[in-house]
Amino acid sequence: MMNDSRRGLLKAAGAVAAVLIGGLLKPALALAAWNKDAFAAKSAADALKGLGSPNAEASKGIVIEAPQIAENGAVVPIEITSTLAGTTSIAVLIEKNPFPLAAKFDFMEGALPFVKLNAKMGETSDVRVLATAGGKHYSATKEIKVTIGGCGG
Amino acid sequence: MAGPMKMRATLAGGNTDVRVLMTHPMATAQQTKGEPHFIQNITVKVNGKPVIEGEMSQAISRNPVFSFRLKGGAKGDKIEVSWLDNKGETNKTETAVA
Repeated sequence: MMNDSRRGLLKAAGAVAAVLIGGLLKPALALAAWNKDAFAAKSAADALKGLGSPNAEASKGIVIEAPQIAENGAVVPIEITSTLAGTTSIAVLIEKNPFPLAAKFDFMEGALPFVKLNAKMGETSDVRVLATAGGKHYSATKEIKVTIGGCGG
Repeated sequence: MAGPMKMRATLAGGNTDVRVLMTHPMATAQQTKGEPHFIQNITVKVNGKPVIEGEMSQAISRNPVFSFRLKGGAKGDKIEVSWLDNKGETNKTETAVA
């Protein structure tokens, strides 16, 4: 009798622990969303499809500040500002990189649609910036010439 | 082991400029024969509230540096930046707006 109830208690405790762990892990995984389809794409067109915006409209409201010629492809500074009202995300694609999508940022209430980052470029390429504003997709490109590539050794 | 991070947050023109440096190899598949090691997610929080979520690939340069701009802000606001890489390593840093 005594043993039975102890077993029961242990089982119940185990079930509670499993539920607690499951509950704790889920929010962590949800926060760490990573768009594998878009990031693993090997062409800019596939990456844009992965981002859900294959037909973005060209816009002058996206300002890309970057050197025309990057001497070191391992560290190419790229600064992006969106002047489009209600911009909620900015993505950067380096069209000729093995995996074109370099980064994507979602801006929530309290953040301005601006980011400066350093990216690697394997060779001279168009850099395409995609911005989402008011649920619509816009894009702009700028060519950056690279004299020494920065993706390999 | 996750290396150190550095961050600076300053008021400029009514907004808050945040500049953050992360120590990370950001190793590409080419450099590692198919075992890339890179940061995948970053989160910027102001006083505990997320304001920017970033996803990235191995194309971000080694020891990543990012600048962000936050609307408004006040001296003493707590800015937190955290990252998570493809091997599950993570790190974060916090600073007060100066």
